[in-house]
Amino acid sequence: MPAVVEIRNLTKSYRRGDQVVPVLRNITLDIAAGEFMALMGPSGSGKSTLLNLIAGIDKPDSGALNVGAIDITALTEGELADWRARHVGFIFQFDNLMPVLTAFENVELPLLLTRLTARERRDHAGAALAMVGLTDRAEHYPSELSGGQQQRVAIARAVVSDPTIIVADEPTGDLDRASAADVLALMERLNRELGKTIIMVTHDPHAAERARSIRHLDKGVLSDAES
Amino acid sequence: MHFLKLILRNVLRHKLRSGLTVVGLVVAVMAFGLLQTVVGAWYAGADAAAPTRLITRNSISLVFPLPLTYHDKIRQIAGVASVSYANWFGGVYITEKNFFPQFAIEPRSYFALYPEFIVPPDELREFLRDRRGAIVGRKLAQTYGFKVGDSVPIRGTIFPGNWEFVVRGIYDGAESKTDTSQFFFHWDYVNETMKRLIARRANQVGIYIIGVKSADQAARVAQEVDATFRNSLAETLTETEKAFQLGFVAMTEAIVVAIRIVSFLVIFIIMAVMANTMVMTARERIAEYATLKALGFGPGWLAGLIFGESISLALIGGMAGIALTFPVAEQFGQAMGTLFPVFHVSLDTVALQAAAILTVGTVAAATPTARALRMRIADGLRNIG
Repeated sequence: MPAVVEIRNLTKSYRRGDQVVPVLRNITLDIAAGEFMALMGPSGSGKSTLLNLIAGIDKPDSGALNVGAIDITALTEGELADWRARHVGFIFQFDNLMPVLTAFENVELPLLLTRLTARERRDHAGAALAMVGLTDRAEHYPSELSGGQQQRVAIARAVVSDPTIIVADEPTGDLDRASAADVLALMERLNRELGKTIIMVTHDPHAAERARSIRHLDKGVLSDAES
Repeated sequence: MHFLKLILRNVLRHKLRSGLTVVGLVVAVMAFGLLQTVVGAWYAGADAAAPTRLITRNSISLVFPLPLTYHDKIRQIAGVASVSYANWFGGVYITEKNFFPQFAIEPRSYFALYPEFIVPPDELREFLRDRRGAIVGRKLAQTYGFKVGDSVPIRGTIFPGNWEFVVRGIYDGAESKTDTSQFFFHWDYVNETMKRLIARRANQVGIYIIGVKSADQAARVAQEVDATFRNSLAETLTETEKAFQLGFVAMTEAIVVAIRIVSFLVIFIIMAVMANTMVMTARERIAEYATLKALGFGPGWLAGLIFGESISLALIGGMAGIALTFPVAEQFGQAMGTLFPVFHVSLDTVALQAAAILTVGTVAAATPTARALRMRIADGLRNIG
């Protein structure tokens, strides 16, 4: 399968006062289209930083990073925002739903950045909610949903605009075991049935087992692949 | 639609916080409007002045009178259409706290020069017939319950003695800015009494009121009047009616300035309160703003969201404050009686209130917007809020 994400010699550091702290060291990685990859590592290993770089919400210090054949390191902030809207679906640890919008409105939110008509947006959002099994909860606010249901709404939001990649940062970190299992099953289905490319950061081995491949990061260095 | 929906729902999200902020805004905007109306009332006399009226007084001080004989000389100056005269009476009606302006006037020429004082013709006729008659303004009549036919005793201070007047008419103002708190009576009544009691004070006029044929002749006529009486025992100072009225305002200018400063301080305080509300609100929503940025929403959208919420809050409270200003000003004006003869909320005041509301809403949103735009997405997403 062709690579949808191509990373060559990527480095990233953060400045803490006078100190420069290296987070990622010469990362080279290919992620094929349709892959479900888990990124694991101890706290501070740089896995979330790598995910943020792939998702275009942070910029590397050096190296090449192509997603869907687009060199995203060359994009301006505005171009990056547009690119994210079209190509990246986000699943955060803390769902990050808008509390004042209903489940349906939250799922519809990314579509406001497209040229779809109101009817088309409604149809897409309805379909995404149906896919995660929450059609009957469409008019409920996040506070009226369980943790697992909120994360499923977030997944629906992540896929509604048919993005090139889906990035998930500790998607089950805030869920009980049962809800976590539901969410992971859903993500597996997105990958297996719809061919979605998913990159998931997790420190939970049970979550990582659901992925097709696992890579380990330790002190900013990527290990060899395991399947 | 989503954008407006998000703004409105965010405004209503923390009902207690929003409610208290709105209450603060209502009170502040209403207080600002009331204070500006007080300032406006201070200048009411000057605002009601006509450009074709001049006031001539003793150049040393208003306290010193002018001879009655000046009347005919002033009348002969080119450009003068009419001349009248008046004396400030300054008497006491029952107690000193019952203050209202009292003028002894030459009635025919005076009311001709002041067409904005509308006296019913039959009442004016009765007044002219009765040397002890008085014409009172509508606001004065309402304040003290004066009716046509009532006897009004006034104890003289400048003109000693106990004076009895009979209300023969009540005048209304042609416009809302016309002062209807004044008490007019016959100059002849005072003068004849002075001739008997203190002869040296007879035939003395407090001010001359000059009607010029056109406003562009006012400056020349004023100069000619003063030139006519230069080097006499009673030199004159002639100025436009507006300048004359502003002279009184200038005496209490410090108070007016203080009131203006306080009114703007009130707005500054509510701006700080609003800014605090918006900073607290934005801090709680860092993760939401980071999520919106991650999803691809640009700085314009984010700024619009925060400014929209701030300005919406300001508008809700501000418009209620403007609406409340009118009944409160009405009550205040009535409570002040004749102290503020003209007390109306002007369009200028409402415009100032509206400008203050928009400024408060905009300034309050500035800092949280700047922070939200500067925030790194990764840092914001880590914020649980």
